Amino acid sequence: MGDFIPFLFNGLSISSILLLTAIGLSIVFGMMGVINFAHGEFIMIGCYSSYIVSLVLGGEGSWLTLLFAFILSFVLSFGIGYLIERLVIRKLYARPLDSILATWGISLILQQLARNIFGSNNVEAPMPKILSEGLKVTEDITLPFNRIFIIFFAIIVILFVYYFIYKTPKGRTLQAVMQNRPMASCIGINTKKADAFTFSFGCGLAGIAGICISMLGSVGPSTGQNYIIDTFLVVILGGIGGLRGTILAALLIGISSPFIENFTTSSMAKVIILSLVLVVLHYKPEGLSPTKDRTID
Amino acid sequence: MMMKKIIYSLVLAVVIILPIFLLSDFRLSTLSKFVVFAIVAISVNLLWGYTGILSLGHGVYFALGGYAMAMYMKLQAQPLPDFMEWSGIETLPWFWKPFQSLPFALAMTVILPVSLALLVGIPLFKSGTKGVYFTIISQAITLIVSILFVGQQGFTGGSNGITGFKGAFGYPIGDPTLIKILYGIAVAFVIAIYFITKYMLKTHGGVIIQAVRDRETRLRFLGYKTDSFKILTLATSAAMCGVAGALFVPIVGIISPSLMSILMSTEFVIWVAIGGRGTLLGPIIGAILVNYAKSTFSESLPEYWWYFYGFLFIAATLIIPKGIVGSLKEKKWFQNIFNKLKTANG
Repeated sequence: MGDFIPFLFNGLSISSILLLTAIGLSIVFGMMGVINFAHGEFIMIGCYSSYIVSLVLGGEGSWLTLLFAFILSFVLSFGIGYLIERLVIRKLYARPLDSILATWGISLILQQLARNIFGSNNVEAPMPKILSEGLKVTEDITLPFNRIFIIFFAIIVILFVYYFIYKTPKGRTLQAVMQNRPMASCIGINTKKADAFTFSFGCGLAGIAGICISMLGSVGPSTGQNYIIDTFLVVILGGIGGLRGTILAALLIGISSPFIENFTTSSMAKVIILSLVLVVLHYKPEGLSPTKDRTID
Repeated sequence: MMMKKIIYSLVLAVVIILPIFLLSDFRLSTLSKFVVFAIVAISVNLLWGYTGILSLGHGVYFALGGYAMAMYMKLQAQPLPDFMEWSGIETLPWFWKPFQSLPFALAMTVILPVSLALLVGIPLFKSGTKGVYFTIISQAITLIVSILFVGQQGFTGGSNGITGFKGAFGYPIGDPTLIKILYGIAVAFVIAIYFITKYMLKTHGGVIIQAVRDRETRLRFLGYKTDSFKILTLATSAAMCGVAGALFVPIVGIISPSLMSILMSTEFVIWVAIGGRGTLLGPIIGAILVNYAKSTFSESLPEYWWYFYGFLFIAATLIIPKGIVGSLKEKKWFQNIFNKLKTANG
């Protein structure tokens, strides 16, 4: 039992990070069908926002700077996301494969921008001191506070997004647009506005995830790239039916990986996880929680 | 008519032969590399431009072909490759042993990529995985294979890859004669693969795969098993890519996991997009142009290359979605020339 706790904790920790990074993508991909390969770079923007806040406010990290960092990360990535939707994504809604290429180009440009502004070396953002300590469970098991914080934070974000999308009028409007665009348009919803908002909202969530990632270590221009493929796997495995599938997939991949890594190397573990995802997709090509849809092209 | 055809062939021959005399050895070797990349672009175009399946992981097929070739050449140079010695491996692992024979290694440059393509394609296409899902999974597979190759330092040379070859055809690597021979081989292959593709697209199967791109559901209702055609196209494309990988190794003198990185795999796609997807000449032109731009940029303004490169992706989707060749085909003046050429040829 004593050995079991660290595994479970690690698994939950990985799941929460996967979930935080995937939730924005799941909204953009699942609701709009746009594949945003620049999603990783929005995570990177979030990472750098905590660095920017520490540069401006200076000195030690505290809960206040962390709060500022969260606000800045959301505003920055929401704003840049909005700009990109306006300039590029808007024209590609009917062409998913092209949206992959265009967002890949955006991702390369954003990475180079980060390299030019902040330098190609990794930077460290100071965090509240308490986060670097840990909770001692037994003699040799210590659960780091930053990981615990991220797990709870992920739960809060999920509850917030769930409430926003399913319970508020604004969220329902967005859903209506994504489910039946012409009909939503007929009853007077501005679908273009809804598109712009959904995309930027997804990007903003990626920014928030970036702050959590900057708690775990130093961040650099290619930080986003390290997360993008895992994030996409979570969304694909979950299916584009909504939040439930994404949560399920993040938990599955996250919790199983430390157990698989236990009896093999970490690179083999990745191979095994991908193979498992492929097997699941073979039987459930629409993912674990697909949307019911009768359209055919 | 016959005269004109001969004249065109002669002009083409001159265009191909001139670089041998005009360019320095270094430049000619670079050009050969671009020609090899043109083969890759043709293979990506077959899958994306004609079948509508976008793979962002073609680097893995390229690298598999490359590694098969590189291992043969390495074993010619040293009975036990140096990177194995460094990792403390004392005898050649059993799976590398057959690579001592040239026919086996050459066969493997095609068999390895095709096997992986089948391994990936059969479960995915049989279950009816959507296009965008395939794209993302192809990328994940490439990432994982490259992690495997980097991790197995003793068997694959790790992140340094395999290099330090003795040479080919009795000439050492970098020998002017060898560079010219390899240029000739690369050009011969690109021409052969161009005509093979052209022929394949005219056959019944070739028409079917284009129908898969345009309206797959309707084709299924007509009774075609579209998944089999998709698997077949993926395998063919992987085979071409493997051949290109095998040609790449003696020309450049190294194969490393960076060639199967995601960055490289997406580069393949941009060549096709810029040149013109769904056109026969587009990928060749795109591969050579983009690579020329890249080498010019990285000599003078390496920083700005990434901005330009990123912009290329956006331009290829928003400004010239049909690519250079595709856009030219729509222009009146070009159509006139094109039709004249056609009547001259036909």
